[in-house]
Amino acid sequence: MMTRKDLPIPEATAALAKLLARRIDPSLANLEPEKIEALLAQPVWTESGVGPGSEHADWQDRLIESRVPEGASVLDLGCGNGELLATLMARKNVRGQGVELDSAAVLESVARGVPVFQSNLDAGLKGFADQSFDYVVLEQTLQALHRPVELLCEMLRVGRRGIVSFPNFGYWQIRFDLALRGRMPITPRLPRMWYDTPNIHLLTLQDFLDWTDANHVHIVEGHVLAEGVVREMRAGDNLYAEEALLVVENG
Amino acid sequence: MQNEVRKPKQRSAGDDPPDSPTSVGWTEVCSIALASPERPFALEAGVSIAPVVVEYEMYGQMAPARDNVVLVVHALSGDAHVAGWDRNAHTTGRIWRTRHPGWWDTVIGPGKAIDTNRYCVIGSNFLGSCYGTTGPSSINPQTGRPYGMSFPVVTVGDWVRLQTKLLDALGIERIKGVVGGSLGGQQALEWALAFPERVERSIVLAASPRLSAQGLAFNAVGRHAIMNDPNFCGGDYYGGVQPATGLAAARMLAHITYLSEEAMHEKFGRRLRDKEKPDFGFGMEYEVESYLDHQGRSFVERFDANSYLYITRAMDYYDAAAQWGGGDLVQACRRIKSRVMVVSFSSDWLYPPEHCREFALAMCRAGKSVTYVDVPSPYGHDSFLVETKPVGHLLRHFLDGE
Repeated sequence: MMTRKDLPIPEATAALAKLLARRIDPSLANLEPEKIEALLAQPVWTESGVGPGSEHADWQDRLIESRVPEGASVLDLGCGNGELLATLMARKNVRGQGVELDSAAVLESVARGVPVFQSNLDAGLKGFADQSFDYVVLEQTLQALHRPVELLCEMLRVGRRGIVSFPNFGYWQIRFDLALRGRMPITPRLPRMWYDTPNIHLLTLQDFLDWTDANHVHIVEGHVLAEGVVREMRAGDNLYAEEALLVVENG
Repeated sequence: MQNEVRKPKQRSAGDDPPDSPTSVGWTEVCSIALASPERPFALEAGVSIAPVVVEYEMYGQMAPARDNVVLVVHALSGDAHVAGWDRNAHTTGRIWRTRHPGWWDTVIGPGKAIDTNRYCVIGSNFLGSCYGTTGPSSINPQTGRPYGMSFPVVTVGDWVRLQTKLLDALGIERIKGVVGGSLGGQQALEWALAFPERVERSIVLAASPRLSAQGLAFNAVGRHAIMNDPNFCGGDYYGGVQPATGLAAARMLAHITYLSEEAMHEKFGRRLRDKEKPDFGFGMEYEVESYLDHQGRSFVERFDANSYLYITRAMDYYDAAAQWGGGDLVQACRRIKSRVMVVSFSSDWLYPPEHCREFALAMCRAGKSVTYVDVPSPYGHDSFLVETKPVGHLLRHFLDGE
């Protein structure tokens, strides 16, 4: 299997790593050399083989479950097969409402007993009244929207709090992958080639934080999956977080 | 002889035969008097009617607690015979029933989407129809002659109220679900609004809270064709010649609204009928002409023109928001206590997805959870009967779910 070390012109990649460290983001300088070594020894992810799935695949669902209080109302935007809402409805006595566009996923949600509204999120949440849900969840969907900012605003109109999660393109492995291979990164969470990925508005954690600052959106709490560990978000996570989940409300 | 009679001829290949383990088998109609001169049935139009007889059918075992009833409500030309094979089709003169099972046999039966092993399914013919329930062709006790157009105008609300009378008579307080498509979907919606305490789940297929102006227009043309048929005689044609031409034209027009442009193209295209070249005349030139002609002809054999007028009028009048929310659908939805599923079909232009969606959105705005599914289908309004697989999946899971 090809590893990153086998990529052409290894000297150039090493030079690039140094350049990145000094010029692009000073925090990269804190990366231990062993980490880079370890990364270079990993197999290159390709569309056909993205490596082992993370044992933390459902960390976001579990975190959301721990954060949503008993009896709350939850609107799940892009609810997929309805798994999260089904869990919340069963364990937390939540009043759930899903929104999903994909027909097959909608049928699965119905099979799980989850009320699901088939609709395109890019059309907004016009039908939903202001502040009509305790929580509005947008899990791993933001980056797939045509108008992500409009939906974020809608989310905070309809819900008292929003829970947003997304893959962080500032994660150092992704940065290196793009820099070294010169191709769009493929990871277990972002396993598709550029032409058939649903992810069209890729962002970094810092991008999101900048947006919340500029728009007076308050971050109630943040959590990340970083280096295989789920923990609270802290400074510098733009580099270390593979995925981020933030609870937000209007400031 | 009896056995001879029971054997349907020319059964369609795709139909579930009566001896199939998934068929409800041979069915019997039931009939019940629900209003008498002493206790007439009051109508929305401000008048009362008596007697009222309702024809209904029942399949599956009623649970001892009488809590497993699924009421299936029919559309414009439907009847109480929703599944299985009519045992008495010959003796009652309903010959068409020997060729086909009930109109929703594809989803109702043992192990089917609406599983008669679990549910007791009731189909009931609505007031004003011509399939056993009192209607314009029934005898008016005042005159001893068929009502004709002296039959009072009935509404969707009246139909649903009469259905509750039927359930009262059968000792059923609360139903597990009500299911219907098209005009049946509007009854299912009306059920949720008018009797929120008496229904657990409401399934509204291919129906919106009110008919569009375009829909009103089609109904108007249909009635125009009937009422201007020279044999119509103000609706007093019983015992004479039926206004068959008008009724057939109304049905042909309606059938166009049940299909989609795509479905028509698929089914008929511009194909000529049994010929290579046109005849340069006005006979049945195209396949599509012949299809509509057949639909018109077969309809007049089994339907009453006056019933068509009354039913389309009920369809016109129905407006859930006006009835229950002073014009505000969200306000109306606040009444609803049942779980609701709304299903539209992408190519339906009689009750288009955007209109079906309106009700689901109003539910959301009213702070209620709702399931809304837009099934991708090329078959137009008819999709709700044709798309057995997705519809069956939705019915099964929505009814059976926790």
